[in-house]
Order: sequence, then C-alpha cells, then structure tokens
Amino acid sequence: MLKDKDRIFRNLYGFEDPGLKGAKKRGAWDGTKTFLTNGRDWVIGEVKASGLRGRGGAGFPTGLKWSFMPKVSDGRPHYLVVNADESEPGTCKDREIMRHDPHLLIEGSLIAGFAMGSNTGYIYIRGEFIRERERLQAAIDEAYDAKLIGRNNKHGWDFDLYLHHGAGAYICGEETALLESLEGKKGQPRLKPPFPAMAGLYGAPTTVNNVESIAVVPDILRRGASWFSGLGRPNNVGTKLFCISGHVNRPCNVEEEMGIHLKELLERHAGGVRGGWKNLLAVIPGGSSVRCLPDDLCQNLPMDFDSLSALKSGLGTAAVIVMDKSTDIIRAIARLAYFYKHESCGQCTPCREGTGWMYRVLDRMARGQAHKREIDMLLEVTYQIEGHTICALGDAAAWPVQGLITHFRHVIEERIDQYSANPAFEGEVREPVAAE
Amino acid sequence: MPKLIIDGAEIEVENGITLIQACEQAGVEIPRFCYHERLSIAGNCRMCLVEVKGMPKPIASCALGVNDLRPGPNGELPEIHTKSPTVKKAREGVMEFLLINHPLDCPICDQGGECDLQDQAMAYGVDGSRFTENKRAVEDKNIGPLIKTIMTRCIHCTRCVRFMTEVAGVEELGLAGRGEDAEITTYLERGMMSEMSGNVIDLCPVGALTSKPYAFAARPWELRKTESIDVMDAMGANIRVDTRGREVMRILPRNHDDINEEWISDKSRFIWDGLRTQRLDQPLIRVRGKLRPASWDEAFGAIARKLKRTKGARIAALAGDLAGAEEMFALKDLMKRLGSPNIDCRQDGAAINPARGRGGYLFNSGLGGIDEADALLLIGCNPRAEATVLNARIRRRWRTRQLKVGLIGREADLSYRYDYIGAGPQSLADVASGKHAFAKVLKSAKRPMLILGAAALAHTGGGAVMTLAARLAGMTGMVSGTWNGFNVLHHAASRVAGLDMGFLPAAGGLDTQAILKNAKAGKLDAVFLLGADEIDMTSLGSAFVIYQGTHGDAGAHRADVILPGAAYTEKSAIYVNTEGRPQMTGQAAFPPGDAREDWSIIRALSAVLGKTLDWDTLSEVRGAIFAAHPHLALIDEVVPDENFDLNKLSRGPSRFGKQPFRRAVDQFYLTNPIARASAIMGELSAMMADETSGATGTDG
Amino acid sequence: MSVRRLDPIQPENFQFSAANLKWAKAQVKKYPPGKQASAVIPLLWRAQEQHDGWLPEPALRAVAEMLDMAYIRVYEVATFYTMYNLSPVGKYFVQLCGTTPCWLRGADDLKEVCRHVIGEQNQVTEDGMLSWLEVECLGACTNAPMVQINKDYFEDLDAKGFEKLLTDLREGREVKPGPQNGRQFSCPEGGATTLLNGSAPSVAKRVTKTKAKGKPQRGGK
Repeated sequence: MLKDKDRIFRNLYGFEDPGLKGAKKRGAWDGTKTFLTNGRDWVIGEVKASGLRGRGGAGFPTGLKWSFMPKVSDGRPHYLVVNADESEPGTCKDREIMRHDPHLLIEGSLIAGFAMGSNTGYIYIRGEFIRERERLQAAIDEAYDAKLIGRNNKHGWDFDLYLHHGAGAYICGEETALLESLEGKKGQPRLKPPFPAMAGLYGAPTTVNNVESIAVVPDILRRGASWFSGLGRPNNVGTKLFCISGHVNRPCNVEEEMGIHLKELLERHAGGVRGGWKNLLAVIPGGSSVRCLPDDLCQNLPMDFDSLSALKSGLGTAAVIVMDKSTDIIRAIARLAYFYKHESCGQCTPCREGTGWMYRVLDRMARGQAHKREIDMLLEVTYQIEGHTICALGDAAAWPVQGLITHFRHVIEERIDQYSANPAFEGEVREPVAAE
Repeated sequence: MPKLIIDGAEIEVENGITLIQACEQAGVEIPRFCYHERLSIAGNCRMCLVEVKGMPKPIASCALGVNDLRPGPNGELPEIHTKSPTVKKAREGVMEFLLINHPLDCPICDQGGECDLQDQAMAYGVDGSRFTENKRAVEDKNIGPLIKTIMTRCIHCTRCVRFMTEVAGVEELGLAGRGEDAEITTYLERGMMSEMSGNVIDLCPVGALTSKPYAFAARPWELRKTESIDVMDAMGANIRVDTRGREVMRILPRNHDDINEEWISDKSRFIWDGLRTQRLDQPLIRVRGKLRPASWDEAFGAIARKLKRTKGARIAALAGDLAGAEEMFALKDLMKRLGSPNIDCRQDGAAINPARGRGGYLFNSGLGGIDEADALLLIGCNPRAEATVLNARIRRRWRTRQLKVGLIGREADLSYRYDYIGAGPQSLADVASGKHAFAKVLKSAKRPMLILGAAALAHTGGGAVMTLAARLAGMTGMVSGTWNGFNVLHHAASRVAGLDMGFLPAAGGLDTQAILKNAKAGKLDAVFLLGADEIDMTSLGSAFVIYQGTHGDAGAHRADVILPGAAYTEKSAIYVNTEGRPQMTGQAAFPPGDAREDWSIIRALSAVLGKTLDWDTLSEVRGAIFAAHPHLALIDEVVPDENFDLNKLSRGPSRFGKQPFRRAVDQFYLTNPIARASAIMGELSAMMADETSGATGTDG
Repeated sequence: MSVRRLDPIQPENFQFSAANLKWAKAQVKKYPPGKQASAVIPLLWRAQEQHDGWLPEPALRAVAEMLDMAYIRVYEVATFYTMYNLSPVGKYFVQLCGTTPCWLRGADDLKEVCRHVIGEQNQVTEDGMLSWLEVECLGACTNAPMVQINKDYFEDLDAKGFEKLLTDLREGREVKPGPQNGRQFSCPEGGATTLLNGSAPSVAKRVTKTKAKGKPQRGGK
C-alpha cells in the first residue's frame, strides 16, 4: 500500500483547509520559482522522466504531449487548457482536487503553462460543478492576490488563469470538443489533424491536460521524477486517484499506487465487495467507457494501464464500478448505452445513429424481448461504430456493449429464453432503463 | 508534388489537396455525402472512409490532406486502399446507419431519381435492413417560400448550414440539439433572408430540402434538360433549364468556375413561374385607346402605316435589359435602313462612351480576378443585389482576410465588412485625390481593384465618375502587367453585347435621355421598345410606341402595337456578360401562342417596311454579327481589351453633382418583366419588405 | 434526451440585471479581443439563473446581441447543452443522476420518490416548488446515489432520507448539502483508510537547484 508520505493529494477528503494557507502547509507553492528558473526543458524533461501518463483516460505520456508544443511562438499565443469536464460515469476524482486541493492544480497550471510557453490558461470545468467552481475560483483569486500567478507575479512567468464552465455535455471532455465549447460553440469534436498543439484554441497552439495530470506535476518536480517513476511498475508508474463506486461496502476515492491489485484496493479501502469477494459479478475498472471484466478475470488484477489493456479493458480514469451478483448486468450496460446515446453530439453518422440503435436493442434484451441472433447483430453494430467516428465517443459507446456480449452472452440468452418461455409473465414488469 | 499509391497504382498529385481529391484524380470514385469541394470540410458522414496503410483505423478521405500522409518505415510511398474488405465493410456500416432512420418514402420523394442516398445505397449498401426499432420522425420546419423541408429525411450532413454560413454569408441555418435528436433549423423557423438560399436544394444529398414551387411537379427523368445562360443580371451564370412539354419546370445552375461556380441566385432559379404568366402570346394593336388582338399582318401593317410616313430622324429605338444580341443587331440594322440614328441600349442612361475603348465598360479583371484581389473599392455598387453570386465570391475572398473592401454609395448589408467611404461622387474624388485613407489601402495593395456599378454610371455626373475612377485606377496601380483591376459591373444582361455592337446613337443621334426628352416634347413620332420596360413611360409623350417583348409590363401598357417575342428560355441568343464573355442561351421551350423569336420578328417587319434585312435564318444573322464583331463568335472566351488605355478614360468629363449614388436595384426580386410576372418573386419581395420594414422600398 | 425546443410561452423581453450585466462584461474580458463568443455559455447560464432557473427566448437574443453572434448560433448552444432548461422548472429543481453507478446503488428508488412526491419528470408541482429530471452522471459516483438540487449536490441518499429532503425543501426548512449519511465527502464511511496522521506529512525538499540550462536534473531519492 502506498505510504501516506507518498501521497500527493493530502487533503483528498477535505479535512483540512483547502485555501492557500492550508495548501502551503501541505507543501504547495514550495520551490515553484526554482522550477521555472531551471527552465522549460528541465521541466519537460522531469515530467517525461517521471513517466507520468495522462490521467484523463487515454494515458498518453504528459511530458511528450507538452513537447509537441512549438518551441518558439510564431506570433500566435500558446494556450494551456485544463480539462476539468469530469463526466465519465464512475469518475469523481478531479472534483476532489478542485474543491479540496485547488492550489496543486493552480500551481501545476503555472508550471505547465511555463513549460509550453503559454501565458494564458483556461480551466474548463463541467457546468454541474457549481460549488467546485466557486471553490476553485476562490483559490485562483487567492493565488492572484498573493501574486503567485497573473502579470508580474513572484515566479517571473506571466500567467493568467481563467476558469470557464460548460453547461452539460459529456462530449466536452473530448479535447477538441472542449476547445469548440470554449470558443462558444456546440461541443462537437474537430477533425484531426490538425492537432491542438498545432491549431487548438482560437487556432493557436494548445495543450489540453486533465486536472489530475496537471495537479501531480508540482509534487513530481518537488520530490523528483525518480520518486514518481519508482512507484508502480515500468510504463505504469506513480500514484493514482481511484474512484470506487457501486456494490462495495464503503465506496470512496483514494490515492493509491499504480498497479495495486483490484482485490486489495477494494478490500483495504472500500470495505470489500458487498456480500464478500465471492459475491463479485464484474467490475468496470476504468470508467464506463471500458469493457467490463467478469469476476474470474478480477482475481489477481493489477490496476494499471498495460495490465488492463491486455484484458481488452482499460485503466481509463481509474473509476472502478463494482457489481455484485445481484446486478442485472444487461440493464447496467443498457443504462450506459443510454448515457452514450444521450451524450452523442450528433455530428457523425455511426455514433449519432448507432448509439440509439444499441440502446434500444439492449433495452429490449434487458427485458428478454429479443432474438438470440440479435446478439451477434448487436455485436456487429458495435464494430460498425468502433473506429469509424470522428472522436473516441463512438469507441467508448461500443466497448461496454462488446464487454457485455463477450463476458455475459449467456445471461442475455437466458433472459431471452425466460421471456420466450413465458412472455406473459409480468412478475417483473420493468420500467424503461431511463426516464425518457 | 506528393506521390502515393492508390489501389496499387502510383500517382503524383497536387500539393495541398485531400485524399478524396487525390482518389478522384486517380479515377477512383469515393462515395460521400457531407463533402463538397466548395464548402468547408465537415467529415461527419463518414461515407468516404478509406484504408491508409499503417493507420489503425479507416480514415475519412475528405479530411486528410495528402501532405499529412507519412511514408512507410523504409520510405515507401503512402498506400491507400479504397476497395479492401475493411473499406467495403466500413461503407456498408455507415450506409446502414444512414438508412436506419431514413424514411421509406422514396416513391413520393421529390429527390427521387437524383438522390445521392439512393444511388449510393445501391452502389455501396446492402440489400436488407436489420433495424427493427421505430424509425425517428422529425418535425418539418418552415424556412420560407422556396424550400420545402421534410426533415425526417435529413442525414445531418450540414452542407446546407455550411453553405448558408460560408457562401451566402447569412448565419440563419443551424444544427440544433444533439445526438440522434439533432435537427437542422432556422432560428424559431424564420424564413431565410438570403438571395442564394435555393442552392441548398441542390446541395442537399437527400430529399430533406427540396424546391417548394417545384413540389410534386415532375420527376427528373421526364424532363428535357437544356444548357443555357441566365439573364437576371449581367454575370451570365450558367444554368440548365428543365422542361416538360412546353413548360419550364425548373432552372438549375451549371458549373462554370470563372462565373458562377455552381451557384445561382434565387431569382435565377425560381423565375420560371414568371415565364408562364402575363405573357404576350399574340400581336396586339391599340384601337381607340384599347389594345385588341391582331394578326401579325395587321400588326406589321399598323407599324408600316406609321413608319412609312415618318422621317428617320423622328424615330427612335431602345433596347431593354433582356434583349439578345441577335435582335439588337437586327433592330440596329433596321433603324439604320429607316434612317434613324436614335438608338440606345442604355435604358438607365449609363455614361459609357465606347469610343474610349471596350475596356472602359468591361469587368476587366474577370470575375475570377476577385480571388486574387487584395483591395476592392465598390463605387455606386451593391454586388449583393446586382450580381448576387459575384458577391459570394467577394465574400469568400474577404473571409480569407486577404481582401479589404471600401464602399462609396448606398450603405447596405453585403455579408462582409467594408469601410464606408461616402455616398456620392465627392467621396470618390476624395479617394482619387488621396485625401481619403482608403487611397492608401489601394496604393499599398498588390492587386487593387475597383468596381463601378450601374448606379455610378447612371448618376447625372456619370461621365465624371468614370473619369475619376480611371484616375484613381491609374494612381493606385490598378492596371499593371497582366493585372487590370478596372472593372465595370453591369446589371443588364443585354448591355455589353449592345455596347459591343454599337447599339448606341449614331452620329447626331439621340441617347436614351434625349429620346425621352424629345418624345415628351413631341419631337419624336415613333419609338421602338425592344423589351425596354425600365424607362418612365410617361416620358414617351404622344409618340407611336412599338413594343416587342414577352410580358404585359410597363412597355406593353403604353404600346400602340405589341409584337410578342420570346423569353430567354425560348430562343437561342447570344449574351455577353459583364466580363465581355459571349455565351449562348439554349432554346428549352417554344414561345407561347403566336409569339416568335425576336430576330425573326424584326426580319419579317423589315420586309413589310420595304427595308428587307439581308438574312433569313438564325445562322445567317449570326454570320453577319460575327463578320462585324468577330469576338462575339468566341463563345465562352474573354477577349481582353488590348488597347486598354486609362489615360483615354481619364480625360472624360469632370463635373459631377452632389447627389448621392442611387441604388441600381431597388427591389431585387422585381428587376425585370419576367420577375414582375412571377408570383414567387412577388412573395419574396413582400417578405423582404416586411423583414426590413420598408427600408428597401422604392426610396432609392 | 428528446428534442429540445423553446417553451411555447415566453416572456416579452429579457434584460440582465445591473449586477449581472456588469458581471457579464467582465466575463467577456477573460477572452482575447474578438473572441467574445467564448462567453456565450457562462452568459446564458447567468441568464438562466436570473430567470428562475430556465432560459427564455428573449435571453438568447439578448446574449447574441451582446456577443455579436447570430441568433441561430446561440440557439444551437442553448439546445445542445442540457443544463439549459428551456421550460420553467420548480423553485427547487431536482436533477437525479440515473447513470449506472448511481443506479447500482438505488437511483430507481429515488426516481420512485420523485414520482410520488413531485409527479412525472419535467412537471412542476402546483405550488411551483419542485420539479425533477433524470440526468446523466454528475460526477459524484463514490457518493451514489445522489441528486443535484439547484447548486448543491445531495449525496449518499436513500429513499426515506430523500423524501424527507424534498419535504424539508418544500416547507422551507434548512437542509445540508453533501453526503446525507454523515460521511466526510468521498472518504470511506466510517473513517479514512489513508491520510491518517492528521495534518499532512511533511515532504522532504528534494529539489536541487540547477544552473545548467536544459540539462534535466533529477531529484535524489
């Protein structure tokens, strides 16, 4: 288990003062000027050496991403945009950072901004996080007042940090949709290339990073890249905020070492699976977009990027959704399918049309009102969506359904059999998956 | 130039193009719905997916530039596969998604027979449907009198939104909502206030946006298609006239990169109902103040009786805006034989002196010159009203941020921003003298241009305006090397041919203004109006008026004898556009009733008058025209004025009045007799007047 | 999600209050000159807040004019983002998360409470106090099931407590946002398993100052 001294988010639960005074007491804003004095290459080098991979779901190496920014401005400004549009079902970690440890994020933003030659940063927070927005804005104001950021600040790198909010659209977590939204448009993802590092916000070089990715940077610099890279295993290093939800005895957020085994994670921090480990049906290990894993694959499961991709699932945002044996797994996934239908931006064909199709078929399957041949048809539909869309939402919508069919085909078949044996049986009249 | 391998064949393609264009160049067809080469790239339909070797997923070929392709690890050329199983599967998948919520109403859909979705479903889809859920229904939207919407058919390609925003410059269409509930709409279903909105009908790949006036009127396969030229303005947009039997059922644009690309204005497109109403379909004679039907012999006899006892000097002829070259040539010849020097094709009194060279009245840079210009001064010109599609070209150039525009004349919403300089000739003088700051913009530009509009030349000081413009052009280097930025934008389709052929006062002859003045004063006895309806008819005094034309408009109401002619869709006639480009209309239908082709009417009349013209057939007329004016034979070619001389143009009159420039076009939808006979144009005009609450009325 | 349209009954006009107008003008300054359209989402949101929690049509035009945007572009934004309520809502607008993590922990029971206490979704109670809507994941999954009422999250709910919460709101009693089962935010119920030694452990400073530019300097471990 990760030792307390190795934890970055030491006010995760909000027991302490989230303000500047408290944050400083916890070590924030310490040595920041030195990092900047060491230079841009040093910062990027440290972040690269730390092995930090993006915490927003895709796991792209953060330092490498920063290094894509032009070294010299061609006259266009550079922008840092922090993705705080935390909306992936199961995920609620950035929220804790913003309301309980906002100064780590602000400090990280300054450092990241410096590293990419950006004097302006925008934090795009989801619209629903109204109280979190207030807290974060208060912290930003504090930082301005203390001349930690802003023009002519103590650190010698002019940096304006603005908080911007959305208004209800999961798709804005996709970086180019986020940029569109930030420009005052519908959140519809852009075609790539050009990538944001070449033409992002307002057509200028831009890097979009997740809140957690940015917030861990100051501590990586303070404690050293090798401290961070020494945790976990190669290519899967550092600490990670896990969000444990669903059928556990004590759902919680917790910062743990990358690669901690699922069972240990659940039992040590979340009071274990409801009804005991044997009562586990499946987990969705990385937020709703990854394929679920049935209990037999969960026995010795290291929670990191590579281990989970090897099982065709993913670490994603490290949002662990636990389902015990009482779960109607078809319905659980159908509800996710409804989510993706609801959140599809409607721009490109496979996602706009396919998400609704998948949801409707799954909704019938949850009631058993389907043909068994439709299972393979549904699977094919998921493949028709996957890889054919502008952004990753198509994939994200397809994967959970693929996971369901791969691991729980028998459940669907049983449900169909049940219904065809006794279609009039109304002992279990179900309402639609969502209140449409 | 990048090289790549498409379906096994190596090809070298232009820099900067997209993969879909490269495939086209390689002769490989790529299906598409959202992609349109004249619109921005949306990449949303996903129909054009291809496989690029080394990339994990199929790629939208419309969205990837050939320059973004990377060579293989050993420097191999990028390889594109468009016929692989992956691509086939991807296309079938996308096709299926497009169809699951598309209604099965093809038999009653006006897009039938020219539907991209149908065609591509045949070519790239599968035969059955696996979708057993309820199909989506979408409420139809009311977006004005021209475009019928059946939104359930919409496949969300957003071509219409992009066209209206980018080309028409009217941000009124949008994709509202999201996901499967996204729908195309205007703000609160208001009618679109654009003169180009009809183009979305052509752009819509399905039957979601169809022509309201043409609804359920015909099927494409029963129409006869005739290539022709539009005469609603002097651009000479290329069109296709679709007829069934004798009736024009619809008008569509044809592509011409140098003129209209593939757009036409709503006036050009929807004018056709005006071709059916108020038509003059038999000769008429005024007897005791009332017009009565007559035979051709009677009509010609009445004219002969009058003209045979009238001296040539007391006869005059005016050619209207829609007259073809053939009839003007014939009428000019006839007037000469009648001994009349009093002819003019400048109904509006434009101050053009062809003696100063052809370049003095042409759009010398060519319409495509806009694409290179970096500074533009509009003088007494509202291109949006006078040459709608040209305006879209100016807007496109402006959108690249490489064009600065200044305007002298009436302020108007041109769909792009401009520096407003002033209302009348004095402002032009200020620029020409370098007093106004826009002179610097022009001077520092690499390819500066000016456009003299019809209103500038029709100004009472029009001659001086021309002089000032020429001086300004000289001072700012608008004419240098191969670049000639001195441009005149005519509004009348007939104008340049008339000027080229000298349908102008002969020595000692009267021009339009003098004709009207003299007629009013009783000094002219007979006036021949060749479709001239835009003059003040009360100025004709008691003169004997012969009106040859198509519609019962102003001229016909005043006429003593009416000779029914053919509209532009009913004859093959030459029109020379504002660039000086001769083009020919095609005869798509026959003139109604007893109406005849115009040159033949004049030919027949000449015999009755004892002044028989020398030719009997259309080709003989043309032969005569080409002999006299060889450049008119060069159809679709622009012969530049090689003797173009700014100095000559600069030495014209110099006195101008204080009046501001008027509008050349007061009511866009009602500029000619055909338009005024069109119920659709009437409706549009009323709608426009409502929207701007009288501001575009007749206060010009 | 269903088709989103503006409410058929609309007020005559909309004007930002003086304070909101001032705020709006300051918002625009966050973005570079000419990029004022960036402020459209925050401005529409403020308009909705000012207008009893729903966005009237005149506000769309007011914001469009303020930001020099075409009406249709603002309309697109208002219909795309689901937090804009296009029809009136209750004084207390309950957004009930129905996505899987909350559903696993009893969101259906809360829905039942809503139906029982308020009625069908999108219907305002006669007294104007309550309306509800099933929404997608609100990002408080470790505190599921939960609802958002106006600005606040109410987490770790059960049917009984939720019903009481609604009643308290309706009757004007004070309520406490956050977890309703006494737990500290997202800390495991019953006590933390980490960060146990009270205040933060001190972090040894391991930063080495470097003068050599460009040469990455590692902190020792």
